[in-house]
Amino acid sequence: MCGVDGSPRGKIGSVGMQHGKYRFIVGFLTAPLAIYGLFVIWPFIQSIYYSFTDWSGLSPEFKMVGFKNYTRLLDDEVFWKSMQHSVMLVVLLPLVTLTMALFFAFMLNVGGRRRKNAAIAGVRGSAFYKVVYFFPQVLSIAIVALLFQFAYNPNSGAINSALKAVGLDSVQPDWLGDPDLALWCVFAVLVWCTVGFFVVLFSAGMASIPKDYYEAALLDGANRITTFFKITLPLLWDTVQSGWAYVGILALGAESFAVVQIMTVGPNGGGPDYSTTVLPLYVYQKAFRDGQAAYATTIGVALLVVTLLFVAVVMKLGRRERLEY
Amino acid sequence: MKTTDTPPADTAGEKPPPVTKTASAPPAEEKATGRTLNVFSHGFLILWAIMVVMPLLWAVMTSFKTDKEIFSSPWALPDSLHFDNWSRAWTEANMSDYFLNTIIVVGFSLLGTMLLGSMAAYVLARFEFPGNRFIYFLFIGGMSFPIILALVPLFYVMQNLALLNTLPGLILVYIGYSLPFTVFFMTSFFRTLPTSVAEAAFVDGASHTRTFFQVMLPMAKPGLISITIFNFLGQWNQYMLPTVLNTEPENKVLTQGLVQLAVSQGYKGDWSGLFAGLVMAMLPVLAAYIVFQRQVVQGLTAGALK
Repeated sequence: MCGVDGSPRGKIGSVGMQHGKYRFIVGFLTAPLAIYGLFVIWPFIQSIYYSFTDWSGLSPEFKMVGFKNYTRLLDDEVFWKSMQHSVMLVVLLPLVTLTMALFFAFMLNVGGRRRKNAAIAGVRGSAFYKVVYFFPQVLSIAIVALLFQFAYNPNSGAINSALKAVGLDSVQPDWLGDPDLALWCVFAVLVWCTVGFFVVLFSAGMASIPKDYYEAALLDGANRITTFFKITLPLLWDTVQSGWAYVGILALGAESFAVVQIMTVGPNGGGPDYSTTVLPLYVYQKAFRDGQAAYATTIGVALLVVTLLFVAVVMKLGRRERLEY
Repeated sequence: MKTTDTPPADTAGEKPPPVTKTASAPPAEEKATGRTLNVFSHGFLILWAIMVVMPLLWAVMTSFKTDKEIFSSPWALPDSLHFDNWSRAWTEANMSDYFLNTIIVVGFSLLGTMLLGSMAAYVLARFEFPGNRFIYFLFIGGMSFPIILALVPLFYVMQNLALLNTLPGLILVYIGYSLPFTVFFMTSFFRTLPTSVAEAAFVDGASHTRTFFQVMLPMAKPGLISITIFNFLGQWNQYMLPTVLNTEPENKVLTQGLVQLAVSQGYKGDWSGLFAGLVMAMLPVLAAYIVFQRQVVQGLTAGALK
C-alpha cells in the first residue's frame, strides 16, 4: 500500500544528514504524539481498564469488580439486540453497497453502445452520473439523517405522499414507527449514503483495466457477464477489499450511530421498542444518559471485539494473489 | 444482471437483430446485446441518479414553502418563494452562530492536522530510528478502532483538563482523531518523493527543519491538497465527537446545531425554518464540490486507491 513498486524506500542515510538527526526527530514527533497519545491512545487504554470497575462516571470513586460487567452483558437483552443489529449491518451493508456499486460502475464502463474498433464502451454521460452519485458523500451524515427523517414521516413525508400520488393510498407504512420496518429504513439511508463513493472509486479502477483484455475475451466468445467475473472483478479485487473493510467499519461505528440516534424514535433514538438500537448508540446511552460509564466501556469492548473480528475476516476472505497489469 | 444462459455471442454474423423490449432478456446477437444492455444500463443508472437527487431537490423546494404547504402538498412547487424562512433560520434559529463555530473549529483543526500530520509522517517516512515502526503502527491502528469506546473516558479527560465544551478542546480532539489517516496517507506520499533534492538542500547548509518546510512540503503539494480536502469534509461533517464532547448550546457546530434545530423547531412547528436551515448547511458544500469536483473526488478516493 505504500512505497512505489521496486524503487528504494528513500530514507535519508548519508553521513552528512545524520547531524542533529535525533533532535530533529524528537522535535517533529513530540507534538503529534502528545495530542494523539492524550486524546486517542490514553482513553482507549483507560476504557479497557474501566470495564473492570463499577465507575459511574458521575463521581471520581470506583472499585474493581472483576468480570462483573462482562457477566452482566450476557443477560442484557438490549445489549444482544444492539449486537444483533450491528452484526446485521456489518454483514449486509458492505454486501449490498459494494454489489450495487460494482453493478453501476460496470454499467458506466461497458454499458455503452458499441462503437467502431472498440470492444467495450462506456455509457454516454458517465461523467454526469458520477458527479451526481457522489453528492451524498460530501454531505454530513447528520444532514442526511434529518432529511430522511422527514421523508419517512408517515403523514406528510416525501415517500408516503409520493405513494399517494401514484394511487397507492392503501400503502402508507409508518416507516420509522414500525418496529419491523425501522431498521430497514435506517439501512436504506446508509446504502444511499455510501453507494456513490464506490461507484466512482470502482469506475476509476475499471477505467484503468486495459481494453485489450475485454477485446480478447469477447473474441473468445465470452459474454459481458463472464468478462465481469473473469476480468473486471479479479483485477479490481484489492480495491473491493479495502472498500469492504471501510464500509464495515462505518456500519459498526460513527455512521450508524449518527443515523440511528438522529432518525429513530425514543429518547436518544434506538426505538421503537429497541428495534433499531446498535452497539455504538448503546455505549453512548449507558455512559451519557444512564450514568453507567464502566458498563458502557464494557459494551464498547464488545464492539471492539466485533470490529477486530470483522477486520480479520475481511483480511482472510479477501486475500488473493495480487494481479499485476 | 439476471442473465444465466446467454449463448456465446457471434461477432461475425451480423443478421438484423431482433429488438427486444424487455431490458433483461439477452438476445443472441452481439449488436443487439449491446443495444439492450445500453437501454438496460441507462435505465438503472438514471433510476439511481433520480433517487439521489430527488430527496435533495425536495428539501430545497420545501425550504421555500409555508408550513401549511409542507403538510398539505409535500410534492407541489411552492406558491411563492418564501425567503423569510431562510432569514428566520439564519438569525432566530442561530444558524449564523453554528456556521461561525464550525468555521473556527474546522479552520484551526485543519491547520493543526496538516502541520502535525505531515511533520510526523515526514519523520516516519524518511528517517530510521528505533521505534519507527512501532509509532507508525500506533498511528495506523487508530483507523480501525471504534471511536465511541474511547469517548467515554475521553469525556472525563477533557473535563479534568477544563477542555470539555470548549472550542479549543474540540479542535485538539479533531486533530487527534484526524491524525491516523493523515499520517498513513502522507507517510506513503513522502516515501514516493525523491531523496536527492532534500540531500542537496542539506548539503547546501539548510537544517532538517528548513529542508522540510522549504523543500519537502512544496514537493508534497499534490498529496497535501488531497488529504486537506479529505480532512476538511470529515471535520466539517463530524457529528459524533461534538455530540459527546461539546454540549454547550452556544458552542455548537453546524451538524449538532441542525439536530438541535430539528427538536426545537419541531416544538414550535416551524418546519419551513428547519428545512431552510438544512438546505443552508447543504448548499455550500455541494456548490464547493461541483466547482472543485476533480480535486474532491481525488482527495476522497486517494486513500482507497493507493
